[in-house]
Amino acid sequence: PHVGPVESKNEAAMSELVPEPRQKPVVPMKPMGINANLLGYIGIDTIIEQMRKKTMKTGFDFNIMVVGQSGLGKSTLVNTLFKSQVSRKSSGWNREEKIPKTVEIKAIGHVIEEGGVKMKLTVIDTPGFGDQINNENCWEPIEKYINEQYEKFLKEEVNIARKKRIPDTRVHCCLYFISPTGHSLRPLDLEFMKHLSKVVNIIPVIAKADTMTLEEKTEFKQRVRKELEVNGIEFYPQKEFDEDLEDKTENDKIRQESMPFAVVGSDKEYQVNGKRVLGRKTPWGIIEVENLTHCEFALLRDFVIRTHLQDLKEVTHNIHYETYRAKRLNDNGGLPPMTAETEENHESNL
Amino acid sequence: ISSPYQNEEKRNLSLGGHVGFDSLPDQLVSKSVTQGFSFNILCVGETGIGKSTLMNTLFNTTFETEEASHYESAVRLRPRTYDLQESNVHLKLTIVDAVGFGDQINKDERQVSPIVEYIDTQFENYLQEELKIRRSLFNYHDTRIHVCLYFITPTGHSLKSLDLVTMKKLDSKVNIIPIIAKADTISKSELHKFKIKIMSELVSNGVQIYQFPTDDEAVAEINSVMNAHLPFAVVGSTEEVKVGNKLVRARQYPWGVVQVENESHCDFVKLREMLIRVNMEDLREQTHTRHYELYRRCKLEEMGFKDTDPDSQPFSLQETYETKRKEFLGELQKKEEEMRQMFVNKVKETEAELKEKERELHEKFEHLKRIHQEEKRKVEEKRRELEEEMNAFNRRKVAVETLQSQSLQATSQQPLKKDKDKKNRSVITGNQSGVSLSSSKVMITKANVEPLNCNSWWHAIQCCSCLVKNATWREGFI
Repeated sequence: PHVGPVESKNEAAMSELVPEPRQKPVVPMKPMGINANLLGYIGIDTIIEQMRKKTMKTGFDFNIMVVGQSGLGKSTLVNTLFKSQVSRKSSGWNREEKIPKTVEIKAIGHVIEEGGVKMKLTVIDTPGFGDQINNENCWEPIEKYINEQYEKFLKEEVNIARKKRIPDTRVHCCLYFISPTGHSLRPLDLEFMKHLSKVVNIIPVIAKADTMTLEEKTEFKQRVRKELEVNGIEFYPQKEFDEDLEDKTENDKIRQESMPFAVVGSDKEYQVNGKRVLGRKTPWGIIEVENLTHCEFALLRDFVIRTHLQDLKEVTHNIHYETYRAKRLNDNGGLPPMTAETEENHESNL
Repeated sequence: ISSPYQNEEKRNLSLGGHVGFDSLPDQLVSKSVTQGFSFNILCVGETGIGKSTLMNTLFNTTFETEEASHYESAVRLRPRTYDLQESNVHLKLTIVDAVGFGDQINKDERQVSPIVEYIDTQFENYLQEELKIRRSLFNYHDTRIHVCLYFITPTGHSLKSLDLVTMKKLDSKVNIIPIIAKADTISKSELHKFKIKIMSELVSNGVQIYQFPTDDEAVAEINSVMNAHLPFAVVGSTEEVKVGNKLVRARQYPWGVVQVENESHCDFVKLREMLIRVNMEDLREQTHTRHYELYRRCKLEEMGFKDTDPDSQPFSLQETYETKRKEFLGELQKKEEEMRQMFVNKVKETEAELKEKERELHEKFEHLKRIHQEEKRKVEEKRRELEEEMNAFNRRKVAVETLQSQSLQATSQQPLKKDKDKKNRSVITGNQSGVSLSSSKVMITKANVEPLNCNSWWHAIQCCSCLVKNATWREGFI
């Protein structure tokens, strides 16, 4: 009965930790710079595994909103992203339904599982956006919805007897679909993004990118980036939230070169070179959705799901939500309860 | 807007391919790794029972070398924070010592209350941060106690009453793991009986100690096995002894070597396994979701807040916030008024002083002016007098000169008088300006003068009929 077997079990557990090369290395095998003259192995790094087990048990919430004029392929794209019929299109919505007269908000939730990880995914669709003749203020219902979710969360948080896990319905990510005119952004696009980039993470995407040639695409992207910059629109990943140099260089590259992603969506499969791929069949060829030479769908997918999913949630929670909360408490004259110790806090809060 | 949840059917969908969100736990964990973790241990036990040594052994470092004194006047809590790192993981470890516990003669309430206070203060600090308007919880250094290691003295009989009282007070505030210290002083059979006795006493006194969680299948088995071994009988040592051909941490006695990491010698390995390698995260979570929530609930209720039903206004706290805010603003205003009053008064005072000074100065000025004028007048008078005298003198001079010229014509020339003036004490010629009258002797020198009849030259001058002789002039001065 000895330390030996226990330790090797942990090392085996640790080997599962080493993932495929990702942007941020997680836990390497060998102990590196050890502090405070440690003589042997303690086991502090097992907390990583402990934490991961716990989170896998509780599962995750993710809420994604899609905004754009009808016919831009929003529902198809979301289905392609999550490789299943998660969108409004597939849950009883009929393509022949009339376009609504005002912007409607429709949220549809599903539970999907992969690799032992359970995710409750909610797709929030906004039919009617930008489809009217007069589109003034058509972003207001959307802004209202987003704020309502923050309000709901805040109410729960402020309760005396709180739930162990507050249900998170806040919008973590908003995909804004830009029409591939090839010219520039529309006033509606600018107005929407200006208003909403302050309350939610906006990721602009160029829809139906198969209507542009490579040169047109590059030019359009440049022009769009420029216009966004000129108008002071901070889309996700926002510059001011880069945590360290590593983040900054990584995100700079994405901000300045890849975004906005020019995407094509499809939920149909075709045979190409002996493989089944998702694609769109046209008389002049098959556009492969996941082929990087055809469109940037794979980049979008990796960005949103494989590398920045958690960050999207954290920015929503730590920044957008906190901003909402601070504003709300201030507006209502809400201050923390006064005790002897909070006198100083008051000065700083005021 | 249609209710966002009218369509919510939590349908389980199957995926048509690899999406990639199975990397989510890694993304989450990666973020936590960057931010670092905190873990806070509270050690409660008599002085000298081996708390520091056990910490050193658990974490394989020497945290502290000084021994605590036995003569503390009261129980005080001493937290110390260390930065540990293993692989990529940064741990901010805080070890809190209850110094002086069990040393007092009178082991009453005052032994336990400092400990309870300390735990509550950490909760309070977190609560205050959480209630702030502008807060940064993700940056916050969590100082709440995650686990309390309670060191039981290895008497072999039963728990002391102090032990029971303390643990009872702490069990709703912190995760308690009781351990039997210095387990190498008890024999195996005694130890077994001791453990049973302790556990039954804890149960019969309703003390809730921390149970290793058995809901997660991965760890359920090992945790339930360990639960049965509580309380762990531990031995701590940082000294190394050679056993066989290896160096192990042990305590060397004449009759043998107690190996710390040998599971048949003591439960150290079990403790380390449970505390660090299996349940550290659960300890943190329990502290946050159970103990902290309980504290928060009690504290807020104590302050008079109540949860209203979900349909009503957003914050149950809102009204109280409002009144508190008004109170606070009112106080601010009052203070402002007071200060303003004070300022005004001060200004008035200073003004009065200044006025007084001004008046005084003015008076002085007037006074001086008058004096000056007085002086001026006097000087003017004297000047006039002098002028008159000068005029008188000049008239006489003219008269004398006339007489002289008349007599010159009458008599022969006399030898030129030497310039006797220079022998005289002071010489002033009447024709020069700035005549000073008082001590001057006015002299008239003339080439030719006739002898006088008068005794003095002054008389000679005044006596117009006399003429001045040389001899008289020589003798002339009184």
